[in-house]
Amino acid sequence: MDSFTLLAHGFAVAMQPLNLLYALIGVTLGTAVGVLPGIGPALTVALLLPVTYKLDPAGSLIMFAGIYYGGMYGGSTTSILLNTPGESSSIVTALEGNKMARAGRGGPALATAAIGSFVAGLIATMALALIAPTIVKFALSFGPAEYFALMVLAFMTVSAAFGDSTLRGLTALFLGLALGLIGIDLQTGQARLAFGIPDLLDGVEVTTLAVALFAVGESLSVAAAHRYGEEKIEAIKGSVWMNREDWSRSWKPWLRGTFIGFPIGAMPAGGAEIGTFLSYSVEKQLSKKPEEFGKGAIEGVAGPEAANNASAAGTLVPLLTLGLPTSATAAIMLAGFQQFGLQPGPLLFANNPQIVWGLIASLLVANFMLLVLNLPLVGLWVRLLSIPRHWLYAGILVFATLGTIGANPSTFELGMLLAFGVLGYILRRFGYPIAPVVVGLILGPMAEQQLRRALAISQGDPTVLVHSPIAVILLILAVCAVVVPLIMRARGKGKVLSSLAASED
Amino acid sequence: MTQESPSSETRRPDWAALVIAAAIAILAAVIVYSTATAKGGSATRIGPSAFPYAIAGCLFLLSIWTVFEAMRGDFPEREKQEIQPVIWIVGGLAAQMLLLHITGFAIATGLLFAATARAFGKGPLWMTIPIGIVLSFIVWVIFAKGLQLTLPAGPLERLI
Repeated sequence: MDSFTLLAHGFAVAMQPLNLLYALIGVTLGTAVGVLPGIGPALTVALLLPVTYKLDPAGSLIMFAGIYYGGMYGGSTTSILLNTPGESSSIVTALEGNKMARAGRGGPALATAAIGSFVAGLIATMALALIAPTIVKFALSFGPAEYFALMVLAFMTVSAAFGDSTLRGLTALFLGLALGLIGIDLQTGQARLAFGIPDLLDGVEVTTLAVALFAVGESLSVAAAHRYGEEKIEAIKGSVWMNREDWSRSWKPWLRGTFIGFPIGAMPAGGAEIGTFLSYSVEKQLSKKPEEFGKGAIEGVAGPEAANNASAAGTLVPLLTLGLPTSATAAIMLAGFQQFGLQPGPLLFANNPQIVWGLIASLLVANFMLLVLNLPLVGLWVRLLSIPRHWLYAGILVFATLGTIGANPSTFELGMLLAFGVLGYILRRFGYPIAPVVVGLILGPMAEQQLRRALAISQGDPTVLVHSPIAVILLILAVCAVVVPLIMRARGKGKVLSSLAASED
Repeated sequence: MTQESPSSETRRPDWAALVIAAAIAILAAVIVYSTATAKGGSATRIGPSAFPYAIAGCLFLLSIWTVFEAMRGDFPEREKQEIQPVIWIVGGLAAQMLLLHITGFAIATGLLFAATARAFGKGPLWMTIPIGIVLSFIVWVIFAKGLQLTLPAGPLERLI
């Protein structure tokens, strides 16, 4: 069966009324958290995991994907009107978008962001549908050695390749890997690093860690830095519709942004931020009116917004086809799959096609919903921005602890939440990235499994890891991901990399 | 994470970063100790202890690297922080943790709510604590009754 037949089957799943409802809840929540500064899609999905435990797997996953896409849309609204990026992937949008809003062109800025996100989401989701079966076919030939190499590559790109310090990226990663050791060893049943505490035998919950690092850590860090003064929200002046010139200046950046963002998301290369920065500089160079950049050029909103949505779809390629999360949100979505006993990867396409294709089809549905939610209803979302910070963060912490208590109502679990929350604050304070900790926790045990499986097959001969050309190429890329940035920083090119820093989501 | 570090040669060693380096080294030592004293055999060469040793080894190296960066002052410049809000939030979380099974979800979480609002400069507590308890009670009704989440009940929750 080709992609389109499978996708048609997927639409049959996605169009079920209950799944449409889940998608709608997902995109609405996603837009809301995208708009609100301080909480992102990773945190929202983590909070909802325990709540959805008793729901239907397909519906819950559709909702999570809706949150992911919605977060990408909502972030742009905050950037444009508040000049404070709602998500790390909307930093670039704030550059030109806020200037446009100040010049009274907030309406067209929001419109080009929303329509650009729609176009990119549409093309990138179709690309995901087309490319996934090919990767799945390829991945079926992967053995444990290839998987191990792939995970090493993901570790290195997520932690070391981007960001402003190789050391701090790697430290964050190994912190996550160390936390991943806690609990019963899956192959021998031996308890590791549990210190005789029964609560630790099951290991550290990904959701507890993510909620603590993102919600508690972020709240502590914002409160301590006193960064909650009055912020100026630009009113939307003028029509939200774009004029002829806006359209003619926007459509090419949308397409270019899509083709920049999608491959970057699809390769295990970290978050959505990188694509947005690349797209911005491409548009700046290609623009017929480069003098407008920095003063509110519409291309500078259209391109990066398209790129960030396209890379969100791209991130789903390694997640669904290989079971490889390359961002914090993807890592938590992986935990979502595992909660229902599903393991993303080639076998998921073979065993649960209705879930995978239903999910992909519902992404297209969610994309349409988001266009409707974001263009005519933008005024409603803007009102969220006027929630005072003290109520906002008090509410965030109530829901953060609610999720943890709902998953496991134990004092010990809340103690871990508190401890990891303080850890999250310390990490932020000293400039350590957060995403590698989460990715390390979830991917570490999987990498160990693959490594030991590979060595068990070869009866302990470590050269099995470099027997296949694919594994060798992946490992070489992993080494490059660490070494090249180190050399670049040593030569004073570090600024480029730190501007590409993959921070929160 | 966009702060730039003015990497002047004359900067004094960053003591906080040295403490981090020590913490990483201690973490590595704990992993080694715990793995070495773990009972249960591993006849295979790559048993359950190989990965922990590898991670501990890498953590040791990262700790040494951190010492170097700390001595050179390579860590980013840090904003001035206020400690009081941190204490309020940590205190709120601790209060909720300790009271959860005694007073139930609504009262414990209401205290967390008020403490967080206080950390962000919103008071007075005699006003925010009741607001927090009422809100948490509504949350409890929605999630415990509506979505069947197990949230500990206390005297307030038993009223309905």
